[in-house]
Amino acid sequence: MPSDQARMLEAARAEPLWPKPPAWATALGAVGAAVLLAYPLLITSTFAQHTMILIFLYAVMAQSWNVIAGLSGQISLGHAMFFGIGAYTVGVLDTKFGITPWIGIVVGMLLAALAAVAVGIPTLRLKGHYFAIATLLIGSSVQIIFARWDWVGAASGLFLPLKRGSPWLDFQFHTSKVPYYYLSLAVAVLAFLVVWRLRRSRLGFRLQALRDDADAAASLGIAVARHKVLAFMISGAMMAAAGSFYTQYVLVLDPERVFSIDISIIVVLMTVVGGSGTLWGPALGAALLVPLSEYSRIWFGSTGRTIDLMIYGALIVAICMWRPSGLLSLFAERIRRRAASP
Amino acid sequence: MSLILDVKNLTKRFGGVVANNDISFDVKAGEILGIIGPNGAGKSTLFDLITNFQTPDSGHVFFQGREITGLRPDRISKLGIARTFQKLKPFSDLTVTENVMVGALARTPHMPEARNAALEALAFVDLLEKRNHFARELSTGQRKRLELARGLAMEPRLILMDEVTGGVDQRTIPGLVELVLELKRRGTTIVTIEHNMQVMMRISDRILALYAGRRIAFGPPQEVSNDPAVVDAYLGGTPDAA
Amino acid sequence: MSKEFIIQAIVSGVLMGLIYALVAVGLSLIFGLMEIVNFAHGEFLMWAMYASFWFWVLGLDPLFALPLVAALLGLAGLLVHYGIIRRLLTAPMLAQVCGTFGLAVAMRAAAQYLWTPDFRTITNPLIAGRVQIGPIFIGQPQLVAGAVCLLAFVLLWLFVTRTETGLALQATAQDRQAAAVMGIPTERMSALGWAIGLGCVGVAGTMLSTFFYVFPDVGASFAPLAFVAVALGGFGSILGSLVAGVLIGLVESLGGLLIDPSYKTLIVFGLYLAVVLVRPMGLFGRF
Repeated sequence: MPSDQARMLEAARAEPLWPKPPAWATALGAVGAAVLLAYPLLITSTFAQHTMILIFLYAVMAQSWNVIAGLSGQISLGHAMFFGIGAYTVGVLDTKFGITPWIGIVVGMLLAALAAVAVGIPTLRLKGHYFAIATLLIGSSVQIIFARWDWVGAASGLFLPLKRGSPWLDFQFHTSKVPYYYLSLAVAVLAFLVVWRLRRSRLGFRLQALRDDADAAASLGIAVARHKVLAFMISGAMMAAAGSFYTQYVLVLDPERVFSIDISIIVVLMTVVGGSGTLWGPALGAALLVPLSEYSRIWFGSTGRTIDLMIYGALIVAICMWRPSGLLSLFAERIRRRAASP
Repeated sequence: MSLILDVKNLTKRFGGVVANNDISFDVKAGEILGIIGPNGAGKSTLFDLITNFQTPDSGHVFFQGREITGLRPDRISKLGIARTFQKLKPFSDLTVTENVMVGALARTPHMPEARNAALEALAFVDLLEKRNHFARELSTGQRKRLELARGLAMEPRLILMDEVTGGVDQRTIPGLVELVLELKRRGTTIVTIEHNMQVMMRISDRILALYAGRRIAFGPPQEVSNDPAVVDAYLGGTPDAA
Repeated sequence: MSKEFIIQAIVSGVLMGLIYALVAVGLSLIFGLMEIVNFAHGEFLMWAMYASFWFWVLGLDPLFALPLVAALLGLAGLLVHYGIIRRLLTAPMLAQVCGTFGLAVAMRAAAQYLWTPDFRTITNPLIAGRVQIGPIFIGQPQLVAGAVCLLAFVLLWLFVTRTETGLALQATAQDRQAAAVMGIPTERMSALGWAIGLGCVGVAGTMLSTFFYVFPDVGASFAPLAFVAVALGGFGSILGSLVAGVLIGLVESLGGLLIDPSYKTLIVFGLYLAVVLVRPMGLFGRF
């Protein structure tokens, strides 16, 4: 019945290319945005502001990992290397050459992308597990190298000089956390936009295709290796931006801190718990993990430092067993991306 | 008619087994070439060698007069060769439309254009109803049609189809046959692997018969089906190939 | 550099390598059976070391605690297999990696919570001191540890090649479907693989605890070496693990001696990358 077919095709074409979010979601988003913007003005507790800044920062990191692992399916267990590269670039440029962090951030992102090419070209050819192990080892190797590298302060790292000039030019705010709050929010929004845009672009489609089946992707004209490296570059640059921001926030850096395996671990945990490959999952993971660790630190003191990771580790095992698509899918299942057509 | 594909002396060994032994054949633009042979004859390997998913030990492949031997699979497909896989390879976590869009995006960077091309390809293989389902939710027969639509969305000059009617509901076979013929009418050249001999005899312009990695016959259907070597291979061969 | 130093480095490298090998073989066995990388392998080693330590606190020397720790770890292997891994077998790869990775995080955090990050040592074990052989000195605990690990390896080798169950295990690793068709209970073989794999870790951890610090992150420093050993030896290859483990021990001690001790880890990691890039299936293995 060709007329039936034609009618169905007509109806299908009339559907929006991207599903419109339901009205309640738009309303929720608007309220959420207003709350986030007003937050530091209403809540002046430094600790509460600090927690939010960390959530934004970790959301950027998780979103970065989401690009390489969630969208393209390549599991990096050494993502701290990009964080460290971003941190060291602003640090070195500032302390050695007096270059403003604003330029440092951009240079750091470029260097991280370059590192992603250098690491990615040989290792992204490897099958899944081998790539994961390779990144794990390269991540710790980079840490070892920086800890021995005298020019950048070896194990003791670098202290950024305190500046009393123009705070916005120097990217240093000594009296208030509010500028950091808005800056980190802006970076988080940018990271969010990158993933949002990717998921609706040809590149994003290709990454998801090669994640699901590399052979089929190649049979449809996708240069698999090059696209994986591209995703790794984007992901590395995002991670570096987070590292740079973090350095400007704490104004010290050392290999133990910025190349820590814990960073590599945490981005995995947050993304997988929230929902890898999704837009909101990484943010959800960050919003759960950061308060959990910050408050467990307060409640349990120094020994309690690990309660958050215990809970999170157990949670992630449970999620992998019963809901590999992450917590977000608990909601998403109901308002499924595109409900089956009538 | 001009040659679109010219395969010369392809050979592939796996350890001691010769999966393809010195296979040569050609495909004319606009025809349907059927490849037959019992299980293990080397049919799917031949597809893998042409598209370089596996590298031939020796031999050459020419597409539209240009040598493509050893080119990367994605380069080969960009030249205009689409294929389906015997072991189906859907993008499980994408929707049906998105799966096909990946194919359409090979020739256009514009998402709306790719979406419309995908919908048309889906309509062509009669899978439009399932457009918003995830690929993992489809039945085997539907997945086969999905792979076909995905490849067709690239608008290839040549498509290699691996057992499109194998393992699907018998009632859908006439529809699939009609689909292949319509594709030919639109000017696409088709190389198809099939177990179903009746279908093969009816739709193919020429047939290539393989047995144990060797070419045993190549020519018009009548000629091939009367070829003593083919008769021998099938009578002594596996019953499911009859 | 004197000859004695080099011989000394070779001997201690081989002894340490035997321990790496025993840790690696468990990883290799598990991967061979079900294509899952146990990212919590180092943490099980750490828990085995703690088990040995606490037995020692209770008055049981590591040498006598050895069978107990091995049995406990074997039991843990069964628990992990039936409790967690079975559900992950059909899961996407991300879930497989993160499942055991999450387990590692939880186990390390739990150890830190329960036993603090302090470094602990077993003092005055039954076997202590050093022996002099010719010009070189060897710590007795290291010597015994190496010997025990080698013995465990021989037993494992005999089990896998000479017993019916062992052959069934091998068959399952080679071709799971074919093994199932032949009536081998492949599911139980996987569980057995976990039990044996972690049992080996139990032995290695106990022996390691007689001369190495026990602390929550100790597993994280050994696990990468085990990954390297398995990749070198080829995932699934038992003999490969042995050769690769010893090779890594040698590279580490000689590299530390000849180049710079602080770079020995880098040398080993470099070895991994070199091997995986050139020969992804490892030196001995099937892929």
